[in-house]
Amino acid sequence: MAQITLEGITKRYPDGYEAVRDMNLAIEDGEFVILVGPSGCGKSTALRMIAGLEDITEGELRIGDEVVNDRAPKDRDVAMVFQNYALYPHMSVRENMGFALKLRKTDKAEIDDKVMEAARILDLEAHLDRKPSQLSGGQRQRVAMGRAIVRDPAAFLMDEPLSNLDAKLRVQMRTEVSRIQQRLGTTTVYVTHDQTEAMTLGDRVAVMRSGMLQQVGSPMELYNYPLNLFVAGFIGSPAMNFMPATVHGESVKLPIGEVRLPQELREKVARAEGKQLLAGIRPESFEDAELTGEARDRGSTFQAKIEVLESLGSELYAHFTVTTDQQIESQELRELAEDIGGGEVPMAGEEGRIVARLDPQSNVRVGQESELWVEAGRIHLFDPEDGRNLTADATGPAATDGGGEQPAATDGGGEQPPPTQQQ
Amino acid sequence: MHNTAKERTLWSIGILVVLLYALIPVAWITSLSFKTPEEVADRKFFSGFSFDNYDVVFSDDTFIAALINSIGIAGIATLISIVLAAMAAYATSRLDFTGKTLILSGALAVAMFPPISIVGSLFEMWRAIGIYDTWIGLIIPYMTFTLPLAIYTLSAFFREIPWELEQAAQVDGATPFQAFRKIIVPLAAPGVFTAAILVFIFAWNDFIFANTLTSTDAARTVPAALAFFTGASQFEQPIGAIAAASVVVTIPIIIMVLIFQRRIVAGLTAGAVKG
Repeated sequence: MAQITLEGITKRYPDGYEAVRDMNLAIEDGEFVILVGPSGCGKSTALRMIAGLEDITEGELRIGDEVVNDRAPKDRDVAMVFQNYALYPHMSVRENMGFALKLRKTDKAEIDDKVMEAARILDLEAHLDRKPSQLSGGQRQRVAMGRAIVRDPAAFLMDEPLSNLDAKLRVQMRTEVSRIQQRLGTTTVYVTHDQTEAMTLGDRVAVMRSGMLQQVGSPMELYNYPLNLFVAGFIGSPAMNFMPATVHGESVKLPIGEVRLPQELREKVARAEGKQLLAGIRPESFEDAELTGEARDRGSTFQAKIEVLESLGSELYAHFTVTTDQQIESQELRELAEDIGGGEVPMAGEEGRIVARLDPQSNVRVGQESELWVEAGRIHLFDPEDGRNLTADATGPAATDGGGEQPAATDGGGEQPPPTQQQ
Repeated sequence: MHNTAKERTLWSIGILVVLLYALIPVAWITSLSFKTPEEVADRKFFSGFSFDNYDVVFSDDTFIAALINSIGIAGIATLISIVLAAMAAYATSRLDFTGKTLILSGALAVAMFPPISIVGSLFEMWRAIGIYDTWIGLIIPYMTFTLPLAIYTLSAFFREIPWELEQAAQVDGATPFQAFRKIIVPLAAPGVFTAAILVFIFAWNDFIFANTLTSTDAARTVPAALAFFTGASQFEQPIGAIAAASVVVTIPIIIMVLIFQRRIVAGLTAGAVKG
């Protein structure tokens, strides 16, 4: 067990492409950290550098107190779970799990004990003498986990370990992974492209894009105080709604109408007075105006024609369209849309689709003009040029992270042009 | 698969034709080997039945020596060739190094030389350095000519093995060599055996090198020895004896293929990875 420290870690390929750029991350002993981002963002490369499967071009990697930059994977005392499990097909489950110990010349009886214990944790006792080809996907996944567990390593490294399972099993195994990690208390770095997995599993989540760390924080911090447009759009499902906005004095002008901003927000965006901004509103920041009750004063109401209603029983999603005459140009947003396939913004005279999460009690009907409400204090305002969140700046709650001792996440803004090539 | 009667009949006929085409010469040679000298030219498939020719063959010291030479030389050539080819194939399929294409095309170029074009100079060279008419004198050319094929066969198999397996082994604490020996080689076993069979057959069947680079029982292999076969007495046509010897030398190949074929099971890597 150990902490893992990445300082200025950079991976540059011979052709000059930088897969990971100046990454700083301190992972505490026993912590469960998720690296999340769209494909090609460098998260797997970062993990493989920790494992020793990729060379580190620049920077310093420490596991425990030792610099391990130039150590072979076998000398780093880390265990890795691969996306495709990488089980040894010619070995039984027992041999697969005991392979690492056998290489270390551990006593035979001790290997048996440890394998049995891991098998018990993972409920694999009945399958110990079978070959991987005779196992189901979920069982194979557990064997891959078992291979890591028996070693009792300094850290677990997991590269999208659940992405090959079907949806139901994935949810089940997600809980399982979380349970095992808590039970063993081993430092874990977990890579995924699935933001739901990231949000539900991690103590802390590190969002990456184009090789750069965007923000590190607890799932709720990332959700409530995203530092930039990318994190805001990437975290959360359904995704945050984006629309053009301009600040005029005490209120912000949105395609859905003028919204009076609370004092706290007003101070933060005062400098952007009159500037073209992007507003981000989470679906649950909307509500049916009739059901807002006392909270009504904290927001504004507007009229919207509901086009689609999706009722999931516990929640109700209302889709509607807004039009705008405001011209907006945001490179950041366009890239976000490319990366995650969402984040539509209405351009001049165009229509933008908005999703609102309403109370299931709501009486809104499809095709009807309904009065909806938006909570002013939960509107995020972004600078369209560099994607920075103006409402969650350094003085905001986002900076107070756990104790704030780890190297701060880079703001990921437009100081460097994003690489043109993706893998 | 072939449900309809028509399809089944067509398949049966096809298979029969191929089998006859392949096996009639073998059957004829076998039939000859059981004939006495008087019956050899009778053009009948079944006439007499005697083991005389086999007695002659096995009481002949030259043949016994040749058989030992053949087994030894082909076996050693196969072993060395496969070990070297496995390492070379592993390197070319896994690593990116300068001169990789040069090595691969060079290996292919070696295989393009017709043996007959170099056998003359080899004869001179081997005599000069003193390995003419020795086992090593045959093992070297066999190895040289079979390596390219073995390398290409094996690298195709190595490329099939997911790289993650090796990385998993490395993270598990294996040195690169341990990962190669304990993970890659067992998984490439079908490829190793395929290559081994090809190399062995080449070495076992070769006539040109064996005939040119040997002069005595010290290294002469069976195909070359057959050419010098005289039969029971020098006044007899040794056709029956040659046929018997031919049958005898075919048997090790059949055994070899049968043994290795059992190991060439498809889908050995099944279950390693998903997707």
